[in-house]
This record gives sequence, C-alpha cells and structure tokens, in this order.
Amino acid sequence: MIHHRVRNIPLCLVLLAGTLAFGNLSAYTLEEFKFETPGQHEAFRDLIAKLRCLVCQNESLAGSQAGVAQDLREEVYRMMLEGQSDEEIVTFLVDRYGDFVLYEPPIKPSTYLLWFGPFIFLGVAGYMLFRTLGRKKDEPEEDLTEAERTRLQRLLAADGDNQDKLK
Amino acid sequence: MTTITSPTAKAKRRALIPLAIFIALVALLFYGLQLDPRKVPSPLVDKPAPMFELESLEDPSRTVTNEILMGKVSLVNVWASWCPSCRQEHSELMAIARDNDVQVVGFNWKDTRPEALEMLKRYGNPYVISAYDPDNRYGLHWGVYGAPETFVVDGEGIIRYKHIGPVDRTVWETKIRPIVEQYRPQTS
Repeated sequence: MIHHRVRNIPLCLVLLAGTLAFGNLSAYTLEEFKFETPGQHEAFRDLIAKLRCLVCQNESLAGSQAGVAQDLREEVYRMMLEGQSDEEIVTFLVDRYGDFVLYEPPIKPSTYLLWFGPFIFLGVAGYMLFRTLGRKKDEPEEDLTEAERTRLQRLLAADGDNQDKLK
Repeated sequence: MTTITSPTAKAKRRALIPLAIFIALVALLFYGLQLDPRKVPSPLVDKPAPMFELESLEDPSRTVTNEILMGKVSLVNVWASWCPSCRQEHSELMAIARDNDVQVVGFNWKDTRPEALEMLKRYGNPYVISAYDPDNRYGLHWGVYGAPETFVVDGEGIIRYKHIGPVDRTVWETKIRPIVEQYRPQTS
C-alpha cells in the first residue's frame, strides 16, 4: 500500500507539471488582444461583455471558453481594429446570430411584452389593490339591530360612569 | 352578536380569479420549461445564403462557392469529425441523399482535413461536396454556433429553414422534408 503511494509520487509530479505547463495553453484569455491605447482595450471589453455566447448561454462573449466565442472575439477585435463602430459590429452579429446575442434585447414590437409587461402587471395589480381598498372604505359596517344598539348605549353609559368614578 | 353572512355567488366567483391567474402563470412557465434554449431562431431564414468561398474538403484545388446551391434545393449540413451528434446523424444523411432528389452539401467546420476525410471514409460520404472551413471563416457568416446544424436552401440560394442538432428520421419527415418539397422547382 505504502509502496504504491510512493511509486505514484513521480507520476503525480509529472501530471501536475503537465497541468501547470499546458493547462494555460488551452484556456483563452483576453491578453492576446493588443490595443494601442488602454481606452480601446476597455471599449473592447465593454462590448464583448454585452454580447452573449450562444454556446454557453449564461456567459458573455468576454467570459466564455467556447471555441465559437473565441472566434467571435477575434472577429470583434478585427472589426474594431478596422475602425468599425460598436453599432456596426453589433449589427454584424445580430444579422447573423439574431437578437439573442444581445444581453439587452432591443425595444421593438415583438419585445414590448418583455420590456413593458412587468409595468403593466404592476399597474393592474396597483389598480386592483386601490379599488379593493376603496370599496372596503365605502361599504357600511354591519349594522346593529335595535336591541344591540340599546345594549351598546347602556354599556357605554355604564363605562362612562366607571370612568367618572376612577377620576 | 353579528352573524357572518354567506358570500354571494358573485363574490365566490371573484375569489377564484387569483387562483385562475396563478394556474395560467404556472402553465405558461411550465411551457417555457419545455422549450430548448439552444434552439435559437436564425435571422438568416428567408434571406439569401451568405457568400462563401472555401476549399473543397476532398480536393484543395477546387473551390466551393454559393454557385453550388443554385438551381436545386440543397441541405447544407454543418459537420465535424469531433462532433458525436454528427456521427449520429450521418446514416440518416446517407439515406436522405440516396433516396431523395435533394443535394446534400457538406460544410466541414472547425475540423482538420485528415480527420474529416477519415470519418467520410469510415462512414460513407453523403455530400456532393464538402466546403472546408477549419477556421470558422464563413461559418460565422452563416451564424453557425455548433455542429450539427442543417440549412435548407432553395434553388435561388435563399435559406428556408435551419435545424439545430442532429437530423433523424422524425426531423427529416416532419420538419425538413415538407420544406424541401415546398421549394422544389416545379418541373411541369
């Protein structure tokens, strides 16, 4: 058993060294995208953070390790170096991949419900709440019968007497 | 003592409204759960197929362009040797190419030539020709984000349908074949 473990240490070291040496090679980083000014680099980062990776849909183009994401990053980089504006690049991608590449979908008839739906719900709920409250206020309280009324008067009168006594 | 009067029928019905809304919402969300988020509709449907100019997989000296799509209905099938689903759909593509009047054009994507050729040698070649796009140069223009994907392109070179994922008998019969029939040039 102990023998086994000792014998495996060199193998572990080789594997560890291999992971350290080659692990980074397979990972994509943003380091390879070189810009002349830090401002451009920031603009690049901002833009790819706004775009969705279609392979791993919960990741932005900036964060995804998918091969297609890297291809698209390179394309965005190339277009930026060519001096194309953010809008031109976004239009290029939307024409090919659809609005889905945008984390923030554009406001247009097919997305009205998406954008305004919550406010409509809120409005309807608010209207119903106030209507219900309003009706509650208008409704007269349950009326007392004649016998109950006399009893109430009597009790109140008695109560009043008691309070007088307490003073 | 006040007595609690029994609610009227109208009030009873009113009380059911929130429950109805709740059930409708649950139904809507449940329907949403059934949808496959990977099936993103392509904005390229009903638009001309994007231009491309690529080497043929089998013969690097030959160039494949949109010309190949003109005049007959084509299936443009995005495939790669590294993609298990492509292997899965391969026999169906063979059957489609064999039994139907539709040309199957291969779009070999992010692959290497030896491995791609090896796959065709082993499993057969359903494609009239395969465009070779190892660097995703034109795949990007076609909005490809995974393999396999299959486009139906009509005789005028207009994309009519896009299927994401492997093509099997059901997909072919219910989704792709009707489109192919619809756009087949009338010979009468």
